[in-house]
Amino acid sequence: MRLIELSPPGRKVITGSLLFTAGDIVRFARLYDPQPFHTDPEAARHSVFGALCASGWHTCAGWMKCYVAYWNAELARLESEGLVAPKLGPSAGFKKLQWLKPVYAGDTITYSVELVDSRPLLSRPGTWLNLTTNDGINQHGEVVMRYDGTVLEFG
Amino acid sequence: MTEPDYHFEDFTPGRIFPLPERQVSGEEIVAFAAEFDPQPMHLDEEAGKASILGGLSASGWHTGSMFMRMMYDGWLARSSSEGSPGIDFMEWKKPVLAGDTLSGRSTVVASRVLRSRPGIGLVTFLHEVENQRGDVVMRGENPIMMRLRSPDGVPA
Repeated sequence: MRLIELSPPGRKVITGSLLFTAGDIVRFARLYDPQPFHTDPEAARHSVFGALCASGWHTCAGWMKCYVAYWNAELARLESEGLVAPKLGPSAGFKKLQWLKPVYAGDTITYSVELVDSRPLLSRPGTWLNLTTNDGINQHGEVVMRYDGTVLEFG
Repeated sequence: MTEPDYHFEDFTPGRIFPLPERQVSGEEIVAFAAEFDPQPMHLDEEAGKASILGGLSASGWHTGSMFMRMMYDGWLARSSSEGSPGIDFMEWKKPVLAGDTLSGRSTVVASRVLRSRPGIGLVTFLHEVENQRGDVVMRGENPIMMRLRSPDGVPA
């Protein structure tokens, strides 16, 4: 089956939630984004953010973590129902990524994916480019991140 | 805190800031993927070779995160950065495979002073990450907020 059959455009799918502990935030930031407001609670208090907060790349990686868990569960569910799952491939990139609010230590972010459109690739017959809009919302209902994604699909 | 080397005024359109070399190990690819993107081509050499990516390949979000560290080490840590509101676009052009050596550059595309935030300007960069063969593996544009050296317009 095609992704567009499984997930009609406009239907927002909650993929999961992730707790960002201070330990997780610092561990990620020391490897990939050691700006003081991501690694040092004291320095963060004096920064524009006011408290320790996650690297934007960490927030994005959290979206992927929840998406992969959701998709693996979907693959298992479809198989158990005797259905052939959409064959998804890699992503070519993303657009309009916004970090709208800081993700602070102790925040839980709930992520979603929504299919916007599915277009056949003229250059590769039997291949589609799926366009998605994705976001993460904190426990106060505030959207902390949002972006437009792409994922290839093979027939 | 030491005074940054680069303020808003230093980010003139066309100026290039190199990204330092970074080796990509299979262990690092697997460690990132196990936590954030556990798909077979990011976890296992054989599964990677069998995939469209052609080998044990880094998650795109891992490549983005490695780029972030290259930018930090290359020039961002020495700038007056106040963070970034987002990324206009980012393209994953080619797979990043275990054993690759990444490098690249950030080029200033545009800059403007923010009326809404006195003393802060927005600098837009084109970032290009290349592998050891000179292939661009990732490219994108994003704005970063920078404090002005001379907020009142008087040269320091």
